[in-house]
Amino acid sequence: MYILEGEGVTKYFGGLAAVDGVDFRVDQGEVVGLIGPNGAGKTTLFNLISATYSPKPGIIRFKDIDITHKKPYQICRMGIARTFQMVKIFGNLPVIENVRAGAFFGKSTSVSSANATKDSLELLEYMGLSQVANTPARDLTLANQKRLEVARALATKPELLLLDEMMAGLNQAEVAGAMQLITSIKDRGITIVMIEHVMKAIMNVCDRIIVLHHGKKIAEGTPQEIATSESVIEVYLGEDHHAGSE
Amino acid sequence: MPESIVNILDIAIGGLLLGGIYALIAMGMSLQYGVARVLNFSHGEFIMVGAFSTLTLYTVVGINPLICLVIIGPVIFLIGFLLHRTLFHQLSLRAPNADAYAASSILASFGLLFIIQNLALLGWGADYQAYTYLNFGVSIGGAIFSANKLVILGFSIGIGLIFYIFLARTRTGKGIRAAAQDPATASLMGVNINRVLALCFGFGAAMAGIAGVLYSMRIPLNPAMGTQYTIIAIIVIVLGGLGSIPGAFIGGLILGIIGEVVTSIDPSLSMAAYYFIFMLLLLVRPKGIFGK
Amino acid sequence: MDTTRFKSKGFYIPGIITLIIFAGLVTLPLFGSLYNVILITTLLMYANLTVSWVLFSGLTGYMSLATAAFFGVGIYASALFLPITGAELPILVVVLIGGLASSIIAFGAGALTLRLRGIYFTIFTFGLVVLIMELLNWWELSVNKILNRYIMLVDNNYIFYVMLGLFVLVMLTFFFIRRSKFGLAMRSIGENEEAASHMGINVTMVKIVTFAISAFFMGATGAIWATKLSYINPHEAFKVLISFLPVLMAIFGGMGHIYGPVIGAVIFAYLQETLQTKFSEIYMLSFGVVLVLAILYMPHGLVGLIQKVWRRISGGKRVHT
Ligand SMILES: Nc1ncnc2c1ncn2[C@@H]1O[C@H](COP(=O)(O)OP(=O)(O)OP(=O)(O)O)[C@@H](O)[C@H]1O
Ligand SMILES: [Mg+2]
Repeated sequence: MYILEGEGVTKYFGGLAAVDGVDFRVDQGEVVGLIGPNGAGKTTLFNLISATYSPKPGIIRFKDIDITHKKPYQICRMGIARTFQMVKIFGNLPVIENVRAGAFFGKSTSVSSANATKDSLELLEYMGLSQVANTPARDLTLANQKRLEVARALATKPELLLLDEMMAGLNQAEVAGAMQLITSIKDRGITIVMIEHVMKAIMNVCDRIIVLHHGKKIAEGTPQEIATSESVIEVYLGEDHHAGSE
Repeated sequence: MPESIVNILDIAIGGLLLGGIYALIAMGMSLQYGVARVLNFSHGEFIMVGAFSTLTLYTVVGINPLICLVIIGPVIFLIGFLLHRTLFHQLSLRAPNADAYAASSILASFGLLFIIQNLALLGWGADYQAYTYLNFGVSIGGAIFSANKLVILGFSIGIGLIFYIFLARTRTGKGIRAAAQDPATASLMGVNINRVLALCFGFGAAMAGIAGVLYSMRIPLNPAMGTQYTIIAIIVIVLGGLGSIPGAFIGGLILGIIGEVVTSIDPSLSMAAYYFIFMLLLLVRPKGIFGK
Repeated sequence: MDTTRFKSKGFYIPGIITLIIFAGLVTLPLFGSLYNVILITTLLMYANLTVSWVLFSGLTGYMSLATAAFFGVGIYASALFLPITGAELPILVVVLIGGLASSIIAFGAGALTLRLRGIYFTIFTFGLVVLIMELLNWWELSVNKILNRYIMLVDNNYIFYVMLGLFVLVMLTFFFIRRSKFGLAMRSIGENEEAASHMGINVTMVKIVTFAISAFFMGATGAIWATKLSYINPHEAFKVLISFLPVLMAIFGGMGHIYGPVIGAVIFAYLQETLQTKFSEIYMLSFGVVLVLAILYMPHGLVGLIQKVWRRISGGKRVHT
């Protein structure tokens, strides 16, 4: 059984196929990298998995259950959490309330207020955000806002975590911190799919990498295989390297 | 000509007349919403001010209503321009995001509605007033129409078209369209966004004012008359697609004709009919008929 | 829209003040003049509408202009069941019917439209007022051939107590929802609806239910208010202004604090009652000016302003904006 599986997943925006017949499989416990040039369809694929859109045609399964036509909140309650490329925190709410929202509603079983608070405090500790627990989320630095998004996603107790460009806009030290975080989340037994332009991070933390280009899957394999794959190099040489900087 | 054909012709001309006025009003509102992002609930008040100013200029000073067009249009343009430069621009600076600006500008425009309407009440009084101008019959193919009806029809559709061509062809027009589509890119390309937004707000107000000048030849005036036109303008721009100028023009004509047809069947139903169409459309196709 | 959290600290003094005011209100008919009872009934009416409005729109960020529709439906419930010829049902039952009818309409309208984003929802709710009014108007004039409906007279103290009861209910509802899990869901939606839905919040359900709850209080308030009007017709029952007044009152008072909307409603309604009959145009004119100024210069309302000043005076540790 795969934790996540897609068959022929397709999404058109008008005449443009943002995601075009993509098949993918993710094993329990893996860290899978999703890369590709700007506009390749990576975020759209996340949006399809998390039910912002539904694929047409195509099927997506989570632990063998067809989730193609579920609603976003149902997807979350089944155990798939996500972060956003453009952070979508609850800016006017204190940091702790952001996380509590995830803790309260993420699981389909009901959570008591005391437990939600306790779990949230633990998560903030884990993410190094305890200091700012009562600060309105909009006042955090970008790096911390991204961490807050991860904390909020983790609060929903996911089995699968989708991270969309968590390292974009972070400095060297912050990127290193984020890489550590990913390894540590993996050690908690959570499967991760991450979109990233920071090649160093992708190569180091991922078990497997999927490459999208113009909505199509053009390669898949271990970091070594991808680094040496001709088709991938071609795609990336076609434009400027994003590696490291973005 | 047989009675029934005269009747149909009458409804058609009436519908086009109403439609032309609606089109002007709606194009004005569409400019204000589509570009300047203000859903202006005081839009109808500019119609009322245009209409009353014409009445005063004509009955007191003796200025021909058609001359009033070129006096009142620019004055109201200036008022709208300055309103945006001061009030709405300030609001946009204070709003944390687009939604907050949408909400606060709606409310501010509602405040303007009160200010303008009550100033008008103080100035012109609460009673209905009217004047007559070009109120003689003209025969077209045997059917008799009052001259002012035809003048209004011609001017409103003419002005609407001129404005449309202005947007499509001139440099300023292109700047406006660029700003409507993507303010950030437009300002990168050297469009002075704040000026364009204020221009649009001014043009929008002026079109309402012009509609008021024209329509004042046919209807009794009252300071509270504006609100219904605001509502109709909102209906039309939803019908045509929020922010779409051609949509507003065509939507206005369509709604005018529908209104005239429904009125000829049962006048008490025309507003309900507008709303019914409008809400159905909102549900089925919120982008409007011509929206992308 | 401001959704800064209600602070549970410093609960003591406001609590005592609340109790004193409440005691004063309950005993008002014993010592107050009839004029005062009627005046305060009016203030409570506006407070009910404003708090109900904030309950939905303030927390979720969806600006509803349907208040007049729900209020009017309540008024019509009274017109139908409490005619001058004698009550067909007990008054409290009619109040309940007014509330329920409104929340059913809100439920339906919400299910249809709360998937529309921001501005479309606002326009739709605005249209709802006029659509219901026009249809009723047509039905009354063309089908029933009734110009006005006359409503039976009800003792002013009785109206006052029902209005007060509704006020207490709406305040308690507001207070508890705001602090509950459900309230957190609403505030999350107000902050970022997409993120909220991906956090496991059933956003559609939360919005519809809240919309219906808020409509219930608007309808119930309309039903009891109707007994103060000797007669009504669709134009009297559905006034577009009623949709805007609560928004203004809420903004003027400030939505960051539970007392803000009440204070805004009380001040405005008081001015309206005392000034409007004497200087109608001037009053409405200043109303517009104050509305514009409040939006420009008091984004957090009167309560926000007072809090800011208070913090400055009391040594101002951190001025929250
Ligand atoms: N809501 C939308 N409507 C229309 N087109 C869209 C929409 N979302 C994405 N697209 C288009 O689909 C394509 C894929 O976009 P997507 O955001 O998935 O790319 P991406 O791989 O995440 O790129 P990036 O690295 O820049 O984030 C792009 O051409 C984009 O313009
Ligand atoms: Mg992306």
